[in-house]
Amino acid sequence: MPARAVNDFTIRVATVNGSGSQSSNLVLTNAIARLGIPVAPKNVFPSNIEGLPTWFDVRISALGYQCRARHFDVLVALNAATWQQDVGGVKSGGAVVHEEVFPCKGDTLREDLSYYAVPFTALAKEHFADKGDLRKYLMNMIYVGVVAQLLEIPLSTIEEALRTQFRSKAAAVELNMSAVRIGVDYVQQNLEKHDPWRVVPMSGKIDGLLFMEGNRAAALGCVMGGCTVAAWYPITPSSSLCEYFIQYCDRYRVDPQTGNRSVAVVQAEDELAAAGIVFGAGWAGARAMTSTSGPGISLMAEYAGYGYFAEVPGVIFDVQRAGPSTGLPTRTMQGDLAFAYTLSHGDTKHIVLLPATVAEAYEFAMAAFDLAERFQTPVFVLSDLDLGMNPWLTPPLQYPEGSFDRGKVLGADDLASMKSWGRYRDVDKDGIGYRTLPGTNHPAAGFFTRGTGHDEEARYSEMPDVWERNLDRLNRKTETARTAVPPPVVSEKKSTKVAILAYGTTHHAVVEARDFLRDAGVEVNYLRVRALPLPPEVAAFIKRHDRVYVVEQNRDGQLYGILRTELPTYLIGRLQSIRHYNGVPIDAHAIIDPLLAEQREPAVVAE
Amino acid sequence: MTANLNIIGLAREVYKGLPTTLCAGCGHNSITNHLIKALYEYGVEPHKLAKMSGIGCSSKTPAYFVEQAHGFNGLHGRMPSAATGAKLANRELVVLGISGDGDTASIGLGQYCHMIRRNVDCTYIVENNGCYGLTKGQFSATADVGSTQKGGKANEYSTIDVCGLAIELGATFVARSFSGDGKQLVPLLQAAFSHRGTAILDVISPCVTFNDHVGSTKSYAYVKEHDIVLHTADYIAGGREITVDYEPGTVRDVELEDGAHVLLRKLDVDYDPTDESSALRTIHESRERGEFVTGLLYVDTHQQDLCAREHMVKQPLATLDEETLRIGREDWDKMMRPLTET
Repeated sequence: MPARAVNDFTIRVATVNGSGSQSSNLVLTNAIARLGIPVAPKNVFPSNIEGLPTWFDVRISALGYQCRARHFDVLVALNAATWQQDVGGVKSGGAVVHEEVFPCKGDTLREDLSYYAVPFTALAKEHFADKGDLRKYLMNMIYVGVVAQLLEIPLSTIEEALRTQFRSKAAAVELNMSAVRIGVDYVQQNLEKHDPWRVVPMSGKIDGLLFMEGNRAAALGCVMGGCTVAAWYPITPSSSLCEYFIQYCDRYRVDPQTGNRSVAVVQAEDELAAAGIVFGAGWAGARAMTSTSGPGISLMAEYAGYGYFAEVPGVIFDVQRAGPSTGLPTRTMQGDLAFAYTLSHGDTKHIVLLPATVAEAYEFAMAAFDLAERFQTPVFVLSDLDLGMNPWLTPPLQYPEGSFDRGKVLGADDLASMKSWGRYRDVDKDGIGYRTLPGTNHPAAGFFTRGTGHDEEARYSEMPDVWERNLDRLNRKTETARTAVPPPVVSEKKSTKVAILAYGTTHHAVVEARDFLRDAGVEVNYLRVRALPLPPEVAAFIKRHDRVYVVEQNRDGQLYGILRTELPTYLIGRLQSIRHYNGVPIDAHAIIDPLLAEQREPAVVAE
Repeated sequence: MTANLNIIGLAREVYKGLPTTLCAGCGHNSITNHLIKALYEYGVEPHKLAKMSGIGCSSKTPAYFVEQAHGFNGLHGRMPSAATGAKLANRELVVLGISGDGDTASIGLGQYCHMIRRNVDCTYIVENNGCYGLTKGQFSATADVGSTQKGGKANEYSTIDVCGLAIELGATFVARSFSGDGKQLVPLLQAAFSHRGTAILDVISPCVTFNDHVGSTKSYAYVKEHDIVLHTADYIAGGREITVDYEPGTVRDVELEDGAHVLLRKLDVDYDPTDESSALRTIHESRERGEFVTGLLYVDTHQQDLCAREHMVKQPLATLDEETLRIGREDWDKMMRPLTET
């Protein structure tokens, strides 16, 4: 038995989209976590409603690694169409649970794998003849039983996981449990285990954690951050963010007596309209958001520029998928960073928040509303499909303390005590003017918001000096933002001059890569950027290192490009770009391999 | 009402704005003047007025009235979405959108349709001159088939009738008027302010610079010649007794949502503005004849507006605090239980 066969392997389930395998996969995942073992599930699904191949990987990692593993050890093969490809991807020494009728007669089987043939279809037919459409779902639950028995997961744990999945609906739990037992019985009566993969209960590593998707956490952040107007146009992988928001609002934002709601959600006709609703609402004083993905922010560009220049708050969640264009709608990428940062024509810079974890998806969602109002500007939260749609183990989210930061808003009383005010005057020298909200009952409250040139008093102007002064003030605002956005997270040892710089979900691969590199004798420091504009800590960190590997999930090295633009010239030569962009989440080896190669043979760079 | 002060005690001066920068004689300036009169007489509170517009000659208009009010000069054709957002944020605002025919019927057609579909409570004025003035006279989508540009080029494409379209989309208040007809326009504007829902006012407003020649169907001469007035209107504010004298049978009284009335003095046709298909037929037939039928074309005072359909609280959403909006601690803790259902 290989040394790391216990609590350290990956199961891949290969099924067909629309077969209802998701419930089974989640039950299996939840059950393993209930044994105290860290798991990281990744749903690898096609852009399709029904019929195409889909995969679900459950990474089991005693050390708690949350990123994707490049290879898998245990395969549950239930899709004949992908049988060859699926078996081909199993690591040598792995195990294959498969529908008995595959492989086809005459197929040569890899000899380095263990095979468990189970007549899933026949078993489902035999036991659930009367269940009609339910039968295919129950068939999937049979494999949960088979895998549980092979990995030695207690049946009671599976039952607890089923209760979670079916929200304690007794009938559903009992019916599904009967399917699980069929799988267990089949293994006990017909199969002999001859592979090394097992789970063993452990403790301490994931105590107190729960499963949550990033989109759900972000939706909670919107609720707790006081979002009252949401406008959206459905698009994968962001749709569930607004759907969760609606769900929570249906539950917590309705007056039980009157039925009145303290929220408005509009499904807009397109993304530009969604952005228009957000900035209209932000202008009138509401905390407003929209959630979308790359094709959506493309359409929102016009209003994003308006929001920046007319200085109107609004929050835009971009749950990134693979682009350009329609791209790979159900695959992940960090491809929108450069575009979102400067979204608009002309000179534009936006605040961009870069969550890496579920907790950050929640915290940054709340922070986004504060920052948007404080800086009177659009704020982007750039998540990705991996964070947004996959369930992650996370500590419980913290109940927020304190109040909303509504920024510099003048009320009627403030205006009464002032001699004069101008909407775009830089009174505090931080680039941020004072604003009034429509509805403020004072004759001096009103001003004219426009995307055309304007002076300090919000009057139309095309004067060269006025225009330049305004753009300079907006830049001053960006400078102020550098120290107000979430600062980078730095993990540093003095003994090394080599470092990694990353952001977003790439983080999880960096964590594993650093451990691997340490074992291989290469100590690497790490800075994780959590927002744009870049805080000053980033340049300071790069200054302390000779070599900084900028790791990200896009082809062109978008953060690398931003660093090259914004850093002092003498630091640029220290940067080396590592990119991953095949649509699946980055794994540790996508960092380790190029980094080690470069360490052995450093590229010649012009300083 | 004291002399020269309106019902909320404000002088007409308060309803004025900056001097216009549009061409002398522009129909839009006449509309602005009628609007000032309507707002003043209606007694709109300046601080509650949200003046919204897109881009184009028409969209400059909000600068020229009620200087104290908040203005939002947004993006070309995308004002309806911003107006929707503003109304959702603060339902106490009187939202007044001013748009043009390029703004509404071309680049903004989608947003126009969906604002109507949602019945956002606002008054939406289309200052319709059939051409793009700011970019020097290109046809807009409301130009009539066969009408010509200044240089003589004829339009070969079918016209988009913003009123017919609005009714087809389920609009609850649709009127057409002429910038030169204050007598009809002012009461229609006031009725629009009273209406709870999207009130569309298509106002033919000749462009004196690019579209006021022989061959144009939006020139002063043409519109004056072909304006078929369905009725003249009187507006009676809510709570006031209707004392105007009229002959039964010649006046149609439409009661609006806030108790106000619009009285339609019929001329030569027997027109029922609550009959949707007759409204559509009237618009269609007048277009076939090359005429502009003006007046309150269609009204339905029984539909809920967007805020009502969304069951929104009465208090403006913009003013709600942490206490109201956050999930309670007990529910929160329940939600955060490890590995259990959420």
